[in-house]
Amino acid sequence: MPIDYLPIFAFLVIAILFAVVTIALSSIIGTKKPIPQKMMPYECGVDPIGSARRRFSVKFYIIAMLFIIFDIEAVFLYPWAVIFKDMGTFGFIEMGVFIVILFVGLIYAWKKGALEWE
Amino acid sequence: MDLVIPKIDVVSLGPELILSIAAIFVLLVSVFLPKGRKDPAAYLSLLGIFFAFVSSIFLWGNPRYSFNNMILVDNFALFFNSIFLIAAGLSILMSVNYLEEQEMSHGEFYALILFATVGMMFMAAGSNLITIFLGLETMSISIYVLAGFFRRSNKSNESALKYLLLGAFSSAFLLYGIAMMYGATGTTDLKGISEYLSKAAYLKDPMLLAGMGLLLVGFGFKIASVPFHMWTPDVYEGAPTSITAFMSVGVKAAAFAAFVRVFLYSLWNLQPDWNHVLWILAVLTMTLGNVVAISQNNIKRMLAYSSIAHAGYIMIGMVASSELGTSGILFYMLAYAFMNLGAFGVIILYGRKGEENLDINDYSGMGFKYPGLALLMTVFMFSLAGIPPTAGFVGKFYIFSAAIKSGYIWLAIIGVMNSLVSVYYYLRITVMMYMKEPVKEFAGLKWSPSMAIALIIAVIGTLLIGIFPSPYLDLARQSVQLFM
Amino acid sequence: MIPLSYYLILSAVLFTVGVIGVLVRRNAIVIFMSIELMLNAVNLSFVAISKHLDSLDGQIFVLFVMTVAAAEVAVGLAIIINLFRNKETVNVDEINIMKW
Repeated sequence: MPIDYLPIFAFLVIAILFAVVTIALSSIIGTKKPIPQKMMPYECGVDPIGSARRRFSVKFYIIAMLFIIFDIEAVFLYPWAVIFKDMGTFGFIEMGVFIVILFVGLIYAWKKGALEWE
Repeated sequence: MDLVIPKIDVVSLGPELILSIAAIFVLLVSVFLPKGRKDPAAYLSLLGIFFAFVSSIFLWGNPRYSFNNMILVDNFALFFNSIFLIAAGLSILMSVNYLEEQEMSHGEFYALILFATVGMMFMAAGSNLITIFLGLETMSISIYVLAGFFRRSNKSNESALKYLLLGAFSSAFLLYGIAMMYGATGTTDLKGISEYLSKAAYLKDPMLLAGMGLLLVGFGFKIASVPFHMWTPDVYEGAPTSITAFMSVGVKAAAFAAFVRVFLYSLWNLQPDWNHVLWILAVLTMTLGNVVAISQNNIKRMLAYSSIAHAGYIMIGMVASSELGTSGILFYMLAYAFMNLGAFGVIILYGRKGEENLDINDYSGMGFKYPGLALLMTVFMFSLAGIPPTAGFVGKFYIFSAAIKSGYIWLAIIGVMNSLVSVYYYLRITVMMYMKEPVKEFAGLKWSPSMAIALIIAVIGTLLIGIFPSPYLDLARQSVQLFM
Repeated sequence: MIPLSYYLILSAVLFTVGVIGVLVRRNAIVIFMSIELMLNAVNLSFVAISKHLDSLDGQIFVLFVMTVAAAEVAVGLAIIINLFRNKETVNVDEINIMKW
């Protein structure tokens, strides 16, 4: 029913209005004194070092790969958690096997030094 | 909410479980092994393969569904299991020294081969499209890594990238086909789909036909049929040779297993629709594979095109869509496993690091220098060409006669003409070996016990199946009896 | 209530965008992202059909597809990084030692 979506629509309108109004107000009322420090990209208040478009260390990619794998595999925990009570011991053992296999992967990554930063 | 926990029949998954456990074990062992001493990992994997083989034999003749109809362990699946295990076992035997020579001896190699084999088994045993898809991906992801295993070689990298991009692309098509099937029939269960189609009054539902077409594309990629074959020569050329051997046999067999099960069983009622398409694809695949193979100078590339041509021959068995045709596919796959693995084994043994000897001209004069090796190569080439008394001849004979019995006489004639064409490029190698003067110095072969065992098994398999085909044909027949 | 066909058409459009991306783009990573788009387009179909048919199979399938896609991404990234280390490029036109 379209009418059911009315509150969401109202919420959307208010949210957009709030954002537009605050930005507009601050740009109208606020004082503007551009100095070089203010024009720099914000990096925790410290002066930026070098260009932002430099190459990242490959180590980040290894961490990203490990993260993707272990993070997404956890998706199986959700349906399992929903019916965990109905499954009893069987479900517990089943998920235990799954976690053990993931753990083997972790041990492998660990021993291979993928978790070391240096 | 009522929750019924399905009966867990662990025994029916015996081979898969044994191999998975072996693979995990090999992975762990290989991390703790000292650097450069990785043959224990290889022997452990062979042990796993042996036990998986034994458990497949024990399951024979007792077809059953298990895991809530997700798995169907019948003779068909077990016959294919044995092909996968032979391919994996021989590839591992061929790899031990090859990897050491290339300074790439890592235990992960063997673990990945085992994981890929598990995936193949799930493809052959899957009785639900979910299982088949998961098996396909388990296999493919392992093979992507294996294709790029020589990580410092540009060719190997390139091969892995191409296989990855095109493989993932094709599995997306397969997946979309599965979604369409699910939408049209309301189930992903192969039996359910078959029941739905046998009751349906109207089989021209566009969603159903689109789903079938997309499934055809997905499987076509994996079996390397024209027009989805473009990746094959590059990937086969660049990958480590033992992996090329494993891919050309294992991946093809697994894809055919799933292909046959889905099309000849689940989509049987649509047979008039897909049969024409397969007819054309089979002819194109055979012809293109054979014609292009003639002009190849790299032996791995030549065998890649030859493997495309063989996919075409096997598709004839599917077009025949009879019990004889299907058992012919199984038989041919078994024969192909021995002869193709053997041929790649000879290539591995003949090359060495920095001097791969992959050009066909490098084979000239080999017959005088290494008569034994040249004799082996001759047997494998004869078998691939389909000359008696080898396995390749019997396989082709059964497939073509199945086509004739089902009334596809023209298809059989085109097939025979194609095998005549193929004789040219297979025998070219033999002629090179025996009738040409050597073009270069030979540096000496490095025989190793494992390679010798692998080649002996391959040659015995090729000749035994060629000379006494009937027991193997009986096995193939028993594998398809309950199926049609 | 939005009819099933809308979802299926959206899914087909997304899938096509993915296919075109694979065929047109030359950066290996972008090609890979297009493939992921194709997989997710299929996921959308699965969920819509599953809801329409009131059967859970489709939703379970989506979970499997997601995990498989994640594994594929991890392996794909590894292969692409390795290639970049050796060749300093991810442009598929420059990855051409062997003929396509």
